[in-house]
Amino acid sequence: MPRVTYIDIAGNEKTLDIPVGTSVMQAAVLNGVDGIVAECGGSCMCATCHVYVRDDQLAMTPPMAEDEDAMLEGTASPRRPNSRLSCQLVVSPEMDGLVVYTPETQT
Amino acid sequence: MPGERVVIVGASHAGFQVAASLRQHGFDGTITLLGDEPVLPYQRPPLSKDYLDGKIGLDLLLMRPEAFYRDHRIDFRPGIRVAAIDRAARRVQLATGGHLAYDHLVLATGARNRVPPLPGIELDGICYLRTLAETEALQLRLTVARNIVVIGAGFIGLEFAAVARAHGKHVRIVELVDRVMARVVSVPTSQFFAAAHRAAGVEFTFGAAAQRIAGHAGRVDHVELADGERLAADLVLVSVGVVPNSELASAAGLDVANGIVVDAELRTADPAISAIGDCASFPCVHAEGRPMRLEAVQNATDHARCVADRLVGKPHPYNALPWFWSEQGPRRLQIAGLTAGHDQYVLRGDMESGQFSVFCYKDGRLLGVESINRPADHAIARRILSAGREVTPDEAADAGFDLRTAAARPA
Repeated sequence: MPRVTYIDIAGNEKTLDIPVGTSVMQAAVLNGVDGIVAECGGSCMCATCHVYVRDDQLAMTPPMAEDEDAMLEGTASPRRPNSRLSCQLVVSPEMDGLVVYTPETQT
Repeated sequence: MPGERVVIVGASHAGFQVAASLRQHGFDGTITLLGDEPVLPYQRPPLSKDYLDGKIGLDLLLMRPEAFYRDHRIDFRPGIRVAAIDRAARRVQLATGGHLAYDHLVLATGARNRVPPLPGIELDGICYLRTLAETEALQLRLTVARNIVVIGAGFIGLEFAAVARAHGKHVRIVELVDRVMARVVSVPTSQFFAAAHRAAGVEFTFGAAAQRIAGHAGRVDHVELADGERLAADLVLVSVGVVPNSELASAAGLDVANGIVVDAELRTADPAISAIGDCASFPCVHAEGRPMRLEAVQNATDHARCVADRLVGKPHPYNALPWFWSEQGPRRLQIAGLTAGHDQYVLRGDMESGQFSVFCYKDGRLLGVESINRPADHAIARRILSAGREVTPDEAADAGFDLRTAAARPA
């Protein structure tokens, strides 16, 4: 299974083996990774599953749909070029080794 | 605060979030989370959408897996009802017997389905959609139903109608007033959604009241309207709103007025008791301080965070912006702020294209924004309204005006 590492603002790391087809948000919630709120349950409605993808890994992630791009305008922590909503990062074999940073706040 | 005991009554979005936020902020006392359903805390919004449709299973419906409660020392107890609050002794009495002592009690008791006093309301085939158990019962019936009548054209009724139509069922919605979602959205938004549901094959009867529900051998057969019209039905969804669960509070002598009355920090008149989420009536800064009771995930979780902050020694008034969403078939409705009571609205975008926002104003001030398949407008509107900024009606209607300009204005 592809492995994804979550790093919070304090530098705490957690690495998960994630089944292909599960989102980075779902895996975080199912495995108790703090720092991802996902208030709408993954409908791309709330912008509370915001993560920063490691700068050199953006190409590993699926392209951004219009909805996600729009909702990223409403994140509680600043949007950056490497901002993504983790509910839209559905894990594929190409994403093995992905590192995401959770922001200071989601709400 | 080692040794401090927090008891939370109600384990849905609000109750769960208090427990999670307390631990996140390093609260070191005991946390007891009492739920009256037999399952781990779960998310309600997907019930009327992806869960009903079988697109997600229970694992993804749950707020967190079981290990979360153990790891965070949250004593979650399913299937527990609280019979009474003994304020003098600071303890709650459980319906199954026994007591639980608290230093702080959080009432997150939510709301229950309003059951209209109609003859035949007890017939087999009358369904509701609020709990997991109700959803699972509805799922089974949906597969075999042919004629569905939905009573009430609110979010739940419309979301269910969209799913039922996608399953090829005949769906008729009976609504007391003259438009859908009348209590919460503007006329253009109502009109757009009614037209969209009609185009998908849903039939509406507006301005009509169900008079009785008739059955055969205990099973629903048809719904009879006040004018005598009979609507054949083998499944009736009753979605006519909710009643706040405030009896526990009122029996304990706490003020109740359309919900449990709390102050700006979500405390009842008893400083050891807070009330949050669907059951709480709070002074809303986004409604000029008027008492509001909102039924929304955002309201539940932001209330919870506010109370958790106070319990760890960082009190602040509750001031989060209300926001809501609904998914009805392929259409997404997102609402920022409270648009009820507006005296003016302007459209941004093109209703024909199915992507537009309605900016609602009162006395020239922006109350809220309803966005239909325009998530960028919603996201920016939330920033604008949270920060107390303004967008003039002319700006809102001007497609060339970048809303982010308004969000970035100095206060």
